[in-house]
Amino acid sequence: MEFLAVQFLTGLASAASLFLVASGLSIIFGVTRIVNFAHGAFYMLGAYLAYTLTERLSGPLGFWGGLLTAALAIAAIGVIVEIMLLRRIYRAPELFQLLATFGLTLMVQDLVVMIWGPEDLVGPRAPGLKGAIEIFGQLVPRYDLFLIVLGPTVLGLLWLLFRRTRWGVLVRAATQDRDMVAALGVNQKWLFTSVFALGVFLAGLGGALQIPRDAVSHAMDLRIIVEAFVVVVIGGLGSVFGAFIAAVIVSELNAFGILILPKISLVLVFLVMAAILVFRPWGLFGRAEGQPRQTLGLTIRPWKPFTRTERIAAALAALVAALLPLVDGAYALTVAAEILVFTLFAASLGFLMTVGGLSSFGHAAYFGLGAYGAAFVAKSAGLPMEVALLVGPLLGLAGAVVFGWFCVRLSGVYFAMLTLAFAQITWSVAFQWVEGTGGDNGILGVWPSAWAANPERFYWLVLAITATGIAALRALAFSPFGYAMRAARDSDLRAEAIGIDRKRVQWTAFIVAGTFAGIAGALFAFLKGSVFPENLAIPLSIDGLVMVLLGGVETVSGAVAGAIVYKALAIWLVSQAEFSKLVLGGVIVTLVVAFPKGIVGFIEDMRARRPRAKAAAVAEAAE
Amino acid sequence: MKLSVSQLDSFYGPAHILSDVALDVGAGEVVALLGRNGAGKSTTLRSIMGLVPQRTGRIVFEGRDISTLQTHEIARLGLGYVPEDRRIFTELTVEENLMVGRQPPRKGAPAWTRDKVFSLFPNLGEMRGRLGGRMSGGEQQMLTIGRTLMGNPSLLLLDEPSEGLAPKIVEEMAEVVLAMKREGLSVLLSEQNLHFARKISDRASIIEKGRIRFSGTMAELEANPGIRDAYLAV
Repeated sequence: MEFLAVQFLTGLASAASLFLVASGLSIIFGVTRIVNFAHGAFYMLGAYLAYTLTERLSGPLGFWGGLLTAALAIAAIGVIVEIMLLRRIYRAPELFQLLATFGLTLMVQDLVVMIWGPEDLVGPRAPGLKGAIEIFGQLVPRYDLFLIVLGPTVLGLLWLLFRRTRWGVLVRAATQDRDMVAALGVNQKWLFTSVFALGVFLAGLGGALQIPRDAVSHAMDLRIIVEAFVVVVIGGLGSVFGAFIAAVIVSELNAFGILILPKISLVLVFLVMAAILVFRPWGLFGRAEGQPRQTLGLTIRPWKPFTRTERIAAALAALVAALLPLVDGAYALTVAAEILVFTLFAASLGFLMTVGGLSSFGHAAYFGLGAYGAAFVAKSAGLPMEVALLVGPLLGLAGAVVFGWFCVRLSGVYFAMLTLAFAQITWSVAFQWVEGTGGDNGILGVWPSAWAANPERFYWLVLAITATGIAALRALAFSPFGYAMRAARDSDLRAEAIGIDRKRVQWTAFIVAGTFAGIAGALFAFLKGSVFPENLAIPLSIDGLVMVLLGGVETVSGAVAGAIVYKALAIWLVSQAEFSKLVLGGVIVTLVVAFPKGIVGFIEDMRARRPRAKAAAVAEAAE
Repeated sequence: MKLSVSQLDSFYGPAHILSDVALDVGAGEVVALLGRNGAGKSTTLRSIMGLVPQRTGRIVFEGRDISTLQTHEIARLGLGYVPEDRRIFTELTVEENLMVGRQPPRKGAPAWTRDKVFSLFPNLGEMRGRLGGRMSGGEQQMLTIGRTLMGNPSLLLLDEPSEGLAPKIVEEMAEVVLAMKREGLSVLLSEQNLHFARKISDRASIIEKGRIRFSGTMAELEANPGIRDAYLAV
């Protein structure tokens, strides 16, 4: 009993940092609508900076001053990022800012290793709070008690800031209606900058406060960002109090999960989140979002099916791709096949995101399920590749049927987070169910049939399936079903009013996308000859998002271009540069600023501009 | 002239909404912009306020061209905007809504305080702590005007103040506009309700399909029933 009480206190102490990070994320999203993926990176930088400062400075003033200075420095970096980068892309399509902040995260990961080295660093203990106190006969670190008090204190200060200051009132007003706030004479730019600075300050402080408890490492950003997203979603977007309660729930689940349910400890938090979202689709303290999707770009230039010329061009492109084995060797073909597999994966996610308006943060689950499905058929059942390629993706389909049913009940970021939760649940099954999946060791020896075993033939096989898949998805986008998806995307209410069953349409779309992802996954299993849990982990889901956004989220087939550019670049950089993430992140940030509508969106803009320029010239000549 | 708009064109994407709109509002004047649904009344006010991104033309306020300024800069010069759909901050209390609108006092414009707003709208003063989302349409309409007044504007853009209100409240609204006029405010209001506009306006312009079809005094409009029937009758 005493032990449990102490474990509870440990959970509360962990909740403090998590709350700081999550509340910052929540505040930033509330006002700017930016899903700040770099929030974890700022947290990590806060910890590293605090480590350096507290090592250099001495005494209590040095320690506490070091933590605070680190957090303030992070806020200053945040201001620079907001002014230099985010301000340029506020008007870009939804989620595009996610891409920019993802690029930043990649850069920071390499920068941290360059500056502080790859080893974990252990920071100093807090002066005056070293040692432990005996509670219920158990030792509790004094620093933990300090954190337990700090969490509610920060909550109280934030409450005062938002309720008792004009700045806070402006922020709350802007959360609801930015244009109206501007019409009342408030400069939104500085409001956004200050909100971003505050959010990032909280992340930096959260990181800095962790150094007496945990080692500082270059992997801490991804760990916290996923947890912080979960907290924000459980608590309700934009609700600071919700973030606090959710941080406590999540931290206690982590503290007790290991003790009580070790088998599913990794997934417990996600199970709880999924359960909460099913019953409360806007989190515990969130409110329904009434914001319509911005589709200005689409209303200005509606999608059109390929013209004859464009069809011929697409066919020619496929033909050129088919000729690749004549000029390139086995290695290049394997790389090209991998790019193709991810092109199909990205196209399936793109179908869901652009046509359906549903941003999945966990699409890798269906890719991975398809891969495992194929591996089960090939290895456990001993059936040939042809059967495995047909049956394997059905596992992806089945996953999409089950998970999709729940997910389409939500929308926006909540939808995204529920897909993430299901992906994480799938991942932990693959990881922890060692008897079935081999756990971390994966399933090895998944090889193609003899006729397809040489790189050229396998490449052709992948090319044929990928090209057919992309063509099918594109055809579907222009079918009556595709129009129903777009109607449901653009206006839920109007779609329902003309008799479209939104949930049914979106569920079907989810299943279609999951199945095509499963096909890509099955191909991937045979390409690599193996399947690992990482094939359905979060990084792959994020890669998919990046490909779609890079290609252009307002275009029909932008994901194809995005996948080719991103995957080719990533593979090439890893083989070339030591700090490939820094370069890749830099390239993504540059692309985001240069092409705020994605690569294909940019090309379409250019093409649209030309005839208009011509028409203007004609009109001028007539005058 | 307090506000002088000329050659104003506005677009939503490829759609050309306003063409060659011209309007004047003199100091202390109440001018009504009349027209049917979709004629371009709200777009005209939104364009003046810089809320329509694509606009060209001259918009001169107190001798200064504001057509390239951003919305918040325009507001800070003393143009107050009251939107047609009220756009109350529903999660904020009455007092907090007023706080958002607060700006420093400005020369040549009546200075408003919270208490002065409450004396103009007494029932707002009785619900200071109520959330904006828990108020009736009429109360919200009062609050949205009060909120804009807190910015001490010298000219008020009032977008369809009588829309969706009970007849009794519309009467009160007319009194409010006249009270603001007595304070020295200039007002440009968009309206469909000719009866309401007639009571409070000095001059009127009629807009139809994005073009100004008539401009003159209220008396001239009264004397010309043909124009009224052509552009305003439903």
